[in-house]
Amino acid sequence: MFELLGIPPQALFGQLLLGLINGSFYAILSLGLAVIFGLLNIINFTHGAQYMMGAFIAWMLLNWAGVGYWPALLLAPIIAGISGVIIERTLLKRLYHLDHLYGLLLTFGLALIIQGLFRNQFGSSGLPYQIPAELRGGQNLGFMFLPNYRAWVVVASLVVCLATWFVIEKTRLGAYLRAATENPTLTQAFGINVPLLITLTYGFGVGLAAFAGVLAAPIYSVNPNMGADLIIVVFAVVVIGGMGSILGAIVTGFGLGLIEGLTKVFYPEASATVIFIIMAIVLLVKPAGLFGRAA
Amino acid sequence: MTFRMNRRSLMAGAAATAFSARSMAQAQQPINVKIGVLNDRSGLYADLTGEGSVIAARMAVEDFRAAANGINVQIVSADHQNKPDVGANIARQWYDNDAVDVITDVPTSSVGLAVNQITREKNRIHLNSGSATSDLTGAQCSPNTIHWTYDTYMLSQGTGGAMVKAGGDTWFFLTADYAFGHALERDTTAVVQRAGGRVLGGVRTPFPGTDFSSFLLQAQASRAKVIGLANAGGDTVNSIKQAAEFGITAGGQKLAGLLVFVVDVHALGLQTAQGLVLTETFYWDLNDNTRAWSRRFGAQRNGFMPTMVQAGVYSSTLHYLKAVAATKSKDPAQVMAWMKANGTDDPLFGQGTIRQDGRKIHPAYLFEVKKPSESKGPWDYYKLLATIPGEEAFRPLNAGVCPLVRA
Repeated sequence: MFELLGIPPQALFGQLLLGLINGSFYAILSLGLAVIFGLLNIINFTHGAQYMMGAFIAWMLLNWAGVGYWPALLLAPIIAGISGVIIERTLLKRLYHLDHLYGLLLTFGLALIIQGLFRNQFGSSGLPYQIPAELRGGQNLGFMFLPNYRAWVVVASLVVCLATWFVIEKTRLGAYLRAATENPTLTQAFGINVPLLITLTYGFGVGLAAFAGVLAAPIYSVNPNMGADLIIVVFAVVVIGGMGSILGAIVTGFGLGLIEGLTKVFYPEASATVIFIIMAIVLLVKPAGLFGRAA
Repeated sequence: MTFRMNRRSLMAGAAATAFSARSMAQAQQPINVKIGVLNDRSGLYADLTGEGSVIAARMAVEDFRAAANGINVQIVSADHQNKPDVGANIARQWYDNDAVDVITDVPTSSVGLAVNQITREKNRIHLNSGSATSDLTGAQCSPNTIHWTYDTYMLSQGTGGAMVKAGGDTWFFLTADYAFGHALERDTTAVVQRAGGRVLGGVRTPFPGTDFSSFLLQAQASRAKVIGLANAGGDTVNSIKQAAEFGITAGGQKLAGLLVFVVDVHALGLQTAQGLVLTETFYWDLNDNTRAWSRRFGAQRNGFMPTMVQAGVYSSTLHYLKAVAATKSKDPAQVMAWMKANGTDDPLFGQGTIRQDGRKIHPAYLFEVKKPSESKGPWDYYKLLATIPGEEAFRPLNAGVCPLVRA
């Protein structure tokens, strides 16, 4: 049996697979951010809070309304998406003609308010949420024990990511979206309702965040800070992939999950910083990001 | 700067001032005492310290009837965000500009050690309830600090000792990568080795963390019988949740939650947490006194039951106020001397003593988390396995390398 730097291959495969699972969360979250940035030019700092809302909505649906995991997977993103639409209609739309910084400050402030409200209501230590009965247990792959739920997370996020990519790049609706990104005035002149498109896009991006939140609820601690801890990493992912690039967000999300997974084996202490080191290097070498177009 | 003053406590302070102004004519000059509750009010330790500790301090002032005893108490609070630099800045500001006499609580060992240092420098009093590191009464002990509720030595003695006794003689650690985790790992390693066990390895995890599955797999691969969780709060919740998910506990390896608070069990739910063995010095359901007090506390805290840290804030504030009333002074040297010379007595911890090195001594309890079927209602989480007398639970006075002891 060969060993790589003292790590047996079984352990290495296991860690790579885990990296892929974490990468799925990065991919869905950064995808939402990229879609929103692409069309709205807003750096959505509320994204982490909206991810957290997804998990809490799933908890509320279960404990207050008796609605289980599977319906929540659909309902929570819709409910969070509607809250996103309200935010866009009442607040964000006033900022489109201003500098990026205003959008960033507004969404950051909103994130703090939302987190504060949830903390007041539910406390900071978190709430229990069980893995749905159908997905308990796991498979013994020989080199590791893969919980069924984690396998489901990878599949679900891959499907959602690819579907989003397909809609935006290959369908008529996606063509409108891309046209509106490129030149909103001209697109509007062709009779396409650009403001509506923008509102729905924001709602969709928020829905994606909430979807990731529901996926996370059974395996991570459901607490008001869960998004705040993750969002910084996700921003780094978006920057590395290239702001606004759909494919970039997906590929870098999964890729950085893998790199982080490897770091956890070779030098665990650095696993929280490795993504930022990569970000710094990418910014130096290719400021527009790996998949971004230079402005 | 995140410096928040609690409006309600300010009003309470104002009311107390108005009240005592009337009684001033009949009694001697009242003593004005300002207590600063410094802790995590927004992060992962906010539920086990946070506003609950402020409520506990306020309850101590009420129960002591401070105003009637000639003491005007004002309580201020602030959020140190678990960052030593933020905590140190607030402590300096409080001592230098705001005339704060005592800082209580201070969870997060790195922050606790910083405040310990500053308090000594400024010659005030620090009643630490929230930090775990046993260095507060060891190498870094101070004549101005009392470490009240628990410490890493006691945790490792309780949980670690019980696990080794039950046959868990090989260990692997998941350690939160900062002062607290390091101290807890060190103290537990000593307990394990003294009992004839071996430590097979460990991993230092970035703090705070979300995904512990990689580290858990490394622990699984080590084939150690016990996986020691030298972490706290959300880190512990995530590790336990994910250990269940990855079939680690089902595979025969045991988890030792070295620092688990009742609010963590609440967050995990009994389904996931059942069977976990843990050590605490206080549980709301211990006896009639703790139950009565905890119900009063819960009424002000959304129904949350108090943690041992919050109970410690109550107990330490009460003992401090007794000392001020008895010595009719708030001179740190006099007050500290009185506190160490006189035994403590309160409804939460019963009778106790404070040692020369600043260590508060009281019994510790080894609990097991109930199965869902055994729990009779909300917050009914623990069953008592053993009571560890204070002298056994805490590090012997001469073993702690505290310079004050030799003096």
